[in-house]
Amino acid sequence: MSTLVDLVWLIPAFPLAGVLILLALGRRLGEPRAGWLATAMMGGSFVATLLVFIGLIGHEGDERETVVTLFEWVPAGKLAVDIGFLADPLSITMALFVTGVGALIHLYSIGYMHGDEGFSKFFIYLNLFAFSMLMLVLGDNLLLTFLGWEGVGACSYLLISFWFTDEANASAGKKAFVTNRVGDWGFLVAMFLAFLTFGSLQYGEIFFEVESHGVAAGTASAIVVLLLVGAAGKSAQFPLHIWLPDAMAGPTPVSALIHAATMVTAGVYLLTRMNPIIAEAHGWVPDLIMWVGLGTALMAATIAVAQNDIKKVLAYSTVSQLGFMFVAVGSGAYVAAIFHMVTHAFFKALLFLGAGSVIHGMDGDQDIRRYGGLARLLPITSMTFVAGWLAIAGVPPFSGFWSKDEILAYAYGENKVLWVLLLATAILTAFYMTRLVLMTFFGPPRWAEAEAQVEAEAGEEAEDTAEAASEAGPPHRHPHESPWTMTVPLMALAGLAIVAGVFNLPFTSDVHFLGNWLKPSLFGNSGHLPFGGGTQWILAIVAIVGSLGGVSAGAVVYIRRRIDPARIEHPFLARAWRIDETVSNFMGGPGRRAFERTTQFDEQVVDGAVDATGTLIRRAGTKLRVSQTGLVRSYALGIAIGAVGLLAWFIYRAGL
Amino acid sequence: MDGSMVLPVIIFLPLVGAAAIALIAPSRSMVLKPVAVATSAATGALTLWLMAAFEAGDGGFQFTQFAEWIGSAGISWHVGVDGISLFLVVLTGFLFPIAIVACDPPHDAKAYYIWMLVLETGCLGVFLALDLVLFFLFFEVVLIPMYFLIGKWGHENRKYAATKFFLFTMLGSALMLVGMLALALLTARETGGAVTFNLVELANSAGELPTITARWIFLSFALAFAVKVPIFPVHTWLPDAHTEAPTAGSVILAGVLLKLGTYGLVRFGLYLFPEASRYFAPLLFTLGVIGILYGAVVATMQRDLKRLVAYSSVAHLGFIVLGIFSINTEGIEGGLLQMVNHGLSTGALFLLVGFIYERRHTRQISEMIGLQKAAPVLAAVFTVVMLSSVGLPGLNGFVGEFLILAGAFVAHRWWAVVAAAGVILAALYLLWAYQRVFHGTPDDANRSMPDLNWQEKLVMAPLVGLIVFLGVYPKPVIERMEPAVNALIEHMEEVEGIESPTVGDRPEGSFEELRELKAHYGEEEGH
Repeated sequence: MSTLVDLVWLIPAFPLAGVLILLALGRRLGEPRAGWLATAMMGGSFVATLLVFIGLIGHEGDERETVVTLFEWVPAGKLAVDIGFLADPLSITMALFVTGVGALIHLYSIGYMHGDEGFSKFFIYLNLFAFSMLMLVLGDNLLLTFLGWEGVGACSYLLISFWFTDEANASAGKKAFVTNRVGDWGFLVAMFLAFLTFGSLQYGEIFFEVESHGVAAGTASAIVVLLLVGAAGKSAQFPLHIWLPDAMAGPTPVSALIHAATMVTAGVYLLTRMNPIIAEAHGWVPDLIMWVGLGTALMAATIAVAQNDIKKVLAYSTVSQLGFMFVAVGSGAYVAAIFHMVTHAFFKALLFLGAGSVIHGMDGDQDIRRYGGLARLLPITSMTFVAGWLAIAGVPPFSGFWSKDEILAYAYGENKVLWVLLLATAILTAFYMTRLVLMTFFGPPRWAEAEAQVEAEAGEEAEDTAEAASEAGPPHRHPHESPWTMTVPLMALAGLAIVAGVFNLPFTSDVHFLGNWLKPSLFGNSGHLPFGGGTQWILAIVAIVGSLGGVSAGAVVYIRRRIDPARIEHPFLARAWRIDETVSNFMGGPGRRAFERTTQFDEQVVDGAVDATGTLIRRAGTKLRVSQTGLVRSYALGIAIGAVGLLAWFIYRAGL
Repeated sequence: MDGSMVLPVIIFLPLVGAAAIALIAPSRSMVLKPVAVATSAATGALTLWLMAAFEAGDGGFQFTQFAEWIGSAGISWHVGVDGISLFLVVLTGFLFPIAIVACDPPHDAKAYYIWMLVLETGCLGVFLALDLVLFFLFFEVVLIPMYFLIGKWGHENRKYAATKFFLFTMLGSALMLVGMLALALLTARETGGAVTFNLVELANSAGELPTITARWIFLSFALAFAVKVPIFPVHTWLPDAHTEAPTAGSVILAGVLLKLGTYGLVRFGLYLFPEASRYFAPLLFTLGVIGILYGAVVATMQRDLKRLVAYSSVAHLGFIVLGIFSINTEGIEGGLLQMVNHGLSTGALFLLVGFIYERRHTRQISEMIGLQKAAPVLAAVFTVVMLSSVGLPGLNGFVGEFLILAGAFVAHRWWAVVAAAGVILAALYLLWAYQRVFHGTPDDANRSMPDLNWQEKLVMAPLVGLIVFLGVYPKPVIERMEPAVNALIEHMEEVEGIESPTVGDRPEGSFEELRELKAHYGEEEGH
């Protein structure tokens, strides 16, 4: 029986077609047609996803999984991996927001990348990224997910270093790829272990094997921990988070799409997908996931408080929000994790695009200390940004409140200390986002007075702000609103950021739409809240008070100036807990020296021994007065004599 | 064409071309290259025909040809192809025309093309010979043209590099010759039959030799091949030879010649010495892992771009050794696949480095910057090839690397865990090199570097095409290898009387059955 679900292969096919067409014709199409084509492909992909979604709804509730296999990819020995797609509630949920948000960001990029000489190349990469991301999400086996996983990593590398003439961008791209590779090592080894244990890498077969034959808790734990290493790399969790802030060197739509809304959530997706294995692991494994998430969330939130680059604030905020999702996964709240992933995709993409619009209006300046009072000049940008701010701050009824509240509730059920720390993180989130909004859009404009200073420091500034080099504008600033291709996505995302809470309302199980929808993908492994509605209400009220408290605190510091901001923005926080510098210093210091020593060892010891032998033979040869025969021939003769001798010895030994 | 004649034609067609070139008068030097290109292209076409005509499901030797040669000594003309050698033959047939088209010798064109074609005959002969003496002859024939190609058309330090290459390999092959003679003579004594150098017959009586003797002889073979691969610590001829060789020489050296070693380890190691191979597997495994990490670390610190690529070969070949000595289907197949993949991607890298050298007259990384600005097409091709070398899924390198590591994990878990870290280092050294050479703002010396011309694009196109194709659809290659690999493993198990550890069968399950199972349990719990 063929249904709409069988069209699942169309979802990645659209962006792939976009890549191929643009590769062939991109330059001829030029600006803006190349961008429109890529956007249309994303639109097509979104429509295809909607069709599959409608098809899935048509299935019986617990029969909402369909595998569509295209062809055998790697059939070798016992390993048999197909290019096959798994359409189930989880993958289609992911695909819906990836294609939806992706299409909006493609549209936005047409305006944002206006005038760039790499315009069509940018859209090739963007389409290629969307294709890889959809392979990651839709692949019906670990290896295909890994294909997407590495594919998005490569696109991320290409896009971070898109403006490659600047060394900083190039370094950031490389750093992102290499750091991710550390995580990929974990993913790889997890796959080997899964293959050895289950004889398959296909999700359906692995889960069947777990259910029918079981799996040793130790093995399941090892697989999950290794996957966690991979997930920490891709989703920027401590200690592999160091690449994400640097990744902001890429064009802002890239930061929105890849480094906020979609790619970085891949780790959360992977762990959610593997929920039947997590269920079989030792109890400390989910706890580990939880505490890694919490530690990252709290750490990144404190760092975000002290950043002055608008994109860096958002980057650390992303790291922090991903930490929330890990906490959710660790406490068995898979639905909450996916819920927060979706709402976060809306409001964080919105915030990044808004930031891009501000940067665009400010001629490439990214320092919020030189912003201020922009609300009047960028009305649409500021209105939509405010919606994103209230959503991430957790103010009801904006979407972020609902998803964060659910995570907090599960955290409370797991561990009270965890809950307190997570609540503190939520309050910090409200605080630093308030700071960002107030410093950018309100208060007195500081860009006018900063101008003289900017002119004086022109050279230095160009290096400071990653995008200034390519968008160096005139010295006299006239902040302006962006074109409609940029503001329409902002408005659409703002709408979603406001209302997306309705996807999963907590009041009755009937309105817990996302939870009910995802049920078939979670195989009954979701955690349950160990308390009733009353406690939930109290927790929600505490969360609301916390959010409003964070917002008020931000207002007190940054509008009323009751407290000197310098006392809060501690250098230790501004320097991101010195983690990145420590790693860099190690790599540049002892790490580099070890590499150099090894190379010297190769040159002087290993190869030195070879040359020394050669010299020795030559000296001996001179003594024996056979040097006139020429080097190669005399050596060859020596070897031949030696060989004959050896043969004689062999035969003698064997007693022939 | 009569099936049994196709292999001799493939082997000797380049030699005929070389002879034809020798007869071309100096006044007509402009036809030298066309003749060389035509000969190698025709050979390449024949290898493609061979691949098409190859019976995919057959694990034995095909297109065999046998003739008595020196009957009294048991030496025969015996050639044949199976799934293990097939793609190395095709790779050879594919890379030679590319290398010949891509690079023109600056002087002595006639001798250059003659040596190139003689080299091709040697390489094809090695992969197709089924007689030990025949194999040895071709193995040695390869040495001489390469020695001259490096020594005569190489860079500044070519004499030193050529001599080092020659002596290293010679030392190894002398040992191998001794091993061969000992193997044939001692086997004949054990079986009581006539002396024979026939590979298949020797393999069939592989269990006859005393264990210790077989191990010693295996070592003599393994050392010869280890030099050729090269395996740490006998690898130091490689960076010199690769760096000093002319571009075409480097392409063939990396693309084909290194595979003589790994191919030898499969064909003359595993096949002839099942017990000894398994006995020494931990040693070779360890050396393979060391090669992966060590090669990558040393590659990272190179200042010469060509040398960097050369050291990357040490790492890649370490993977191949790892796969082979996993002694299971996944590992060996991955190793075989990776031989082809490495030939394509490293061959392509050497070509690209050669194109840069022709333009910039330097290989020093520090003298290049921002080349992506000056030569975007070159940079794009380099990026694809680099990502293939890094092992990005969707490109060819990944499939082989994954199979190798999966096979290695089944065989020796912890070594595979360490070896997998090689993928991190591979990203590090290549991306760092790319950043230094292609990223940044180009200075005056690099700003005006011309991009690839149409001829160079034409050369790179098939390489890039195959890099993508084999990443997306490696099945046609794997399914032709598998019967031969399985036959090899069965042969080894038969000789040793043991079964190799392997993974359980693929589970017969699906989401539907899982649901039924769940529903079933649910009912039970409900009652």
